[in-house]
Amino acid sequence: MVFVEDVYLFYVFKIYSCKVNVVFEIRWHGRGGMGAVTAADITASAAIKAGYYALAFPEFGAERRGAPVTAYTRIDERVIYDRSPIEEPDAVVVLDPTMITSPRVLAGIKDGGYLIVNTAKDPKQVVEEVGLKGRKLTVATVDATDLAMKVFNLPIVNTAMVGALISTTKLLPLDRVLEVVNEKFSGRIASLNAQLIKQAYELVKVVKHE
Amino acid sequence: MKHKVPLSGNSAVAYAVKAMDVDVVSAYPITPQTTIVEKIAEFVANGELDAKVIHVESEHSALSAAVGASATGARIFTASSSQGIALMYEIMFIASSMRLPIVMTIATRALSAPINIWNDHSDFMAVSDTGWVMMMAENNQEAHDDVVLAYRIAEDPRVLLPVATALDGFFMTHTIEPIEVISREEGLEFAPKKKTWYTLDPDNPVTMGALGDPNWYFEFKKQQYEALKNSRTVFDEAVKEFEKKFGRSYGPVEYFGNEDAEVVLVAMGHVSGNIKAFIEKTSAGNVGLLRVKLYRPFPEDLIVKHLENAEIVGVIDRALVPGSPYGGPLYSDVIVTLSKNNLSKKVVDFIAGLGGRPVTLGHIKNIVEKLEELKLKPQKDLPKEPLFVGVRE
Repeated sequence: MVFVEDVYLFYVFKIYSCKVNVVFEIRWHGRGGMGAVTAADITASAAIKAGYYALAFPEFGAERRGAPVTAYTRIDERVIYDRSPIEEPDAVVVLDPTMITSPRVLAGIKDGGYLIVNTAKDPKQVVEEVGLKGRKLTVATVDATDLAMKVFNLPIVNTAMVGALISTTKLLPLDRVLEVVNEKFSGRIASLNAQLIKQAYELVKVVKHE
Repeated sequence: MKHKVPLSGNSAVAYAVKAMDVDVVSAYPITPQTTIVEKIAEFVANGELDAKVIHVESEHSALSAAVGASATGARIFTASSSQGIALMYEIMFIASSMRLPIVMTIATRALSAPINIWNDHSDFMAVSDTGWVMMMAENNQEAHDDVVLAYRIAEDPRVLLPVATALDGFFMTHTIEPIEVISREEGLEFAPKKKTWYTLDPDNPVTMGALGDPNWYFEFKKQQYEALKNSRTVFDEAVKEFEKKFGRSYGPVEYFGNEDAEVVLVAMGHVSGNIKAFIEKTSAGNVGLLRVKLYRPFPEDLIVKHLENAEIVGVIDRALVPGSPYGGPLYSDVIVTLSKNNLSKKVVDFIAGLGGRPVTLGHIKNIVEKLEELKLKPQKDLPKEPLFVGVRE
């Protein structure tokens, strides 16, 4: 048994608990330059610091600005063997609102899972737009682009969306994520990202769709 | 429990190189290897590693410089992938025949054309006859540990051969995972720096790599053959002591699942992990996995031991040899090993995941179902050609 210092993920595990293996899987959708790969990395690193086993991996394309990018985070209480792409995620995080109607983005999200979108729209509007008929999902929105523009003057929304993810799912404690951000970035960039994460953490709007 | 840090596979390799206090690193950038050497260059620039980084103009030069530096008695590291490994091919023979204990990491990647930066084992398998000790990891911790094991094995006076360690491009090199990092003190205690091989010395000049005429060449080759064969003993000793010191246990092969499973899959690299996940998820008591870690020298005894009781064996090859009687290289090794030991087994070759196509749990399910079906047929009705998994017709 792995020593797990935080109770947060365990709470999520209980909701999704299955008998063989408890695992939480996140799929990130963005475009080259938005930082989806780094978001997956920060989340996995925070989970590792909290005592879990975690993998973060991009769907490896030749990186180009503006091209669709998919990244994955897989978190478990014990060693993870599976390195295949995540087909049935517990949570999907969408960094670019124009991608939200793409069938690839919505594909396979588990019943009772999460859809977290960077948009100025209300989660209810997103539900209507996407048409989640017959699906049980928690939908959350935050205007990460606006927050990032105000903080960095650049539309780099990845860290804000990590904040939105952990606020909505209670997957990991905020402190762990901030710790990783402080190690990964230095000086002013670190403190601006921390500020952005805290803002998104507070401002995210959540609706349960049944 | 020791502290674990989140690292990519390539960073994990670079940290191991730092722990080995390497003296010279010569390399040429190529995806997905590049970030290994970038990280090492960062260590050198920060003063964390006292090494000379040689920027060369090609992979052919990278390994040539490694050969020259190793001949002076320095501890050497290089890394490459795909076309870079192909360009090193000529010098790989020279490194092994000159018995220089160079360590190289291969971040495995497909060979062109068409240009493909993604993962399979074409590069690794293409150099499997160059006389190097070769091993492949399944996860990033193992990729880290393999570098430390590699120096210990390479520099052992009973071996004195170059060692290639491998990790799967992107599926491991660019994947973040928790790693227990080996420190310089621990690393050097396990693999101390000793000049165990013949080196160049201005005070006592010798010629290395000189002409070996028909009167001598043959003897060199015989000795080299023996050395590679005997490296297995050294490997076994090294992993045993590694386990004592670091608590992580490795073997030339790893068996996963029920020992008496009727269907056994043979695989290498990260796909082995996906197979383990499949076996656990489906509680498939009838399926076992035999992962080959040490590829050269090929662990024939353990292949026999673990396949002896299987009803049917499926070999998953991630490289293809067109026109050969076998299709996949790993399949060929397994077939020869079983045949030498008079074991008549049903063995089916599956070619999967070329050019980075993921080998999913669904693919593994299809493979297992196919084997369950073929298990009931007589041996003569087994497919005579490899079966391609997840490819469009």
